Amino acid sequence: MTEQIITHGADWTIKHLFVYPNEFIYWGLTIVMYPYMTGLVAGAFVLSSLYHVFGQDDLKDIAKFSLVFSLALLPVAMMPLMLHLQQPLRGINVMFTPHFTSAIAAFGIVFSTYSMIVLSEIWFVYRKYFVEQVHALKDTTSAVLKMKRMVYMVLTLGAFDVGDQAVAKDKKAVTILAAIGIPVACFLHGYAGFIFGSVKANALWMSPLMPVIFIMSAVVSGIALCMLTYIVIMEWKKFTTTMARGRGDESVQIIAGVELDVIKKTTKYLIGFLLAAITLELLDIIFRGYTAMKSWDILREVMYTEDFFKIFILQYGVGNVLPFLMLMIPGAKIKRTAIALALILFGVFMMRWNVVIGGQAFSLSFAGFMHYDVPFIPHHLELYREGILGALTVAATPFVIFYVINKFIPSLKKA
Amino acid sequence: MSLTRRNLLKKTLAGTAAASIPLSALKFLSSAEAKEAVETSKTRYAFLVDTNKCVGCGFCVKACKHENEIPYDSPVTRTWVERYVITKDGESHIDSPKGARDGFTSEEIAHHEVNPEDIDKAFFVPKLCNQCDTPACVQVCPVGATYKTKDGVVLIDRSWCVGCGYCIMACPYGVRFFHPIHKVADKCTFCYHRLVKGMDTACVDACAFGARQVCDLRNPDDPTTKIILTERVAVLKDEYGTKPHVFYIGLDRNVR
Repeated sequence: MTEQIITHGADWTIKHLFVYPNEFIYWGLTIVMYPYMTGLVAGAFVLSSLYHVFGQDDLKDIAKFSLVFSLALLPVAMMPLMLHLQQPLRGINVMFTPHFTSAIAAFGIVFSTYSMIVLSEIWFVYRKYFVEQVHALKDTTSAVLKMKRMVYMVLTLGAFDVGDQAVAKDKKAVTILAAIGIPVACFLHGYAGFIFGSVKANALWMSPLMPVIFIMSAVVSGIALCMLTYIVIMEWKKFTTTMARGRGDESVQIIAGVELDVIKKTTKYLIGFLLAAITLELLDIIFRGYTAMKSWDILREVMYTEDFFKIFILQYGVGNVLPFLMLMIPGAKIKRTAIALALILFGVFMMRWNVVIGGQAFSLSFAGFMHYDVPFIPHHLELYREGILGALTVAATPFVIFYVINKFIPSLKKA
Repeated sequence: MSLTRRNLLKKTLAGTAAASIPLSALKFLSSAEAKEAVETSKTRYAFLVDTNKCVGCGFCVKACKHENEIPYDSPVTRTWVERYVITKDGESHIDSPKGARDGFTSEEIAHHEVNPEDIDKAFFVPKLCNQCDTPACVQVCPVGATYKTKDGVVLIDRSWCVGCGYCIMACPYGVRFFHPIHKVADKCTFCYHRLVKGMDTACVDACAFGARQVCDLRNPDDPTTKIILTERVAVLKDEYGTKPHVFYIGLDRNVR
């Protein structure tokens, strides 16, 4: 029995014209998912901070939800990286021997700092609730509820003081943490942009604008996902209430009213960030075309011929312009907004795709092209990890995690 | 002092922080060790390719695959040879089938015939790791698994590489790849294991035409070093600022 020899990349790379022998699409779908997921994390956090720091009261309801949702997204940001590594068990090496001239080396530190900020902020927000639960479940006889009480006991970390002074301190801590969290969240994602922007060998990636573009599109995608998830959950609530009490019941109207209100207010912020993101991306393209460096010939070929559909139709057209118009035209109701949000999420995904895959669509020789044939049917483990099924696993996980967290931290209840 | 909860937490934190500093970080070097760590080496390996002499037989590629245990039928290779055919219309036709492991046996280039009448010039260009002085691959490795030796050769620690592929992305020359068996980044090492024993690289030994030479730039008596220092040589893609150390004689402007 000889070991099956798998050349990484050979399964999904189709070469055209002259490409160096060792060149393949080494960074595939997993690396598209990585900035996409970190972007969602950062965006969700920034959305919650808009309320906690800048006192945007109109965001109060969605702020709590997006904070908890960013916690659910956190472990998932790491997942595609682990799926991608050739030696996943050595991933921890980046914490043992971080080599600080590398943009990736900061990952461990920035990521854990950010995780601690999110965790402690959530703790301060919900500490009072935990204490209340411990007291409320005191006399319970059911074993399940006793277990639940135990969990809340642990979650309080022994801080049972819920006097006015203590709660005021909690609030202050939340504001400070949210304020520190904004730059850290931006850094977390900005440096994901830096990872690409600093690769001087790659003509498409190398740009000082890359980190800023990444932050903007991250915030856009984060807000859009929070809004969309919020809509889905509220619609579900509305549906169950309608089932229980009938269509005309007052509580159904209340839910619908709250939902539309929250969504309308959040949309304003979304549009602002969306405009900033598109402006920066267009600036980048115009600048490349105008300066027309050596690499422009091949970049133009990739953008206007090979990847035209993916860049200009899917990303800018369907993912940016169309939802922008849908949100701008007055009288947007839940259904239209939800469709626009889904399109925006798709647009940001396509942007990640066009950066990561598009950056490898041409050879370093500038004389050939590589086409990415996304692995679908996993004939071996590598094709699962790097393929569509792996990506779907990553995309589904935050919702599972959120479901579990929501059992203990009710971020959806109106305060 | 009473042990309040606050104090306990404080002390635990301090203790954890102290424990997390590894003892090795506090090691003092002897003066000899310190000197060795900063002193520049007496050797700087470099490579000379005379493209005028290359006939595209591919023996170098074959020898390299065997010497360095790169799976023979895998498309990846530590060194390769490119064929350039420049036609009268100014077009360059380039190929390197299987990295030229079996040489160039067909007159077809990239799946099409070129009429010999239309050819202005044609030549072969061997490629390998440039062992840069400021290597982009070393800069971007997140765990420090790839490093430059004092004598200028860039190596990879197979036991520490996490296989993220960042170095592969960062190399402007496309010399890096994932080793199909070891599942870590891999590339040409100038046959470091042979150099340090005073031998030539496998590809140099395999070249019957003297198109490839390896030398020590700090040894002025080395005949290859003399050529590099006194004759007109070029390097590939110097615009990336990586200071490559594979020098070429007869490099054409069409070479990518």
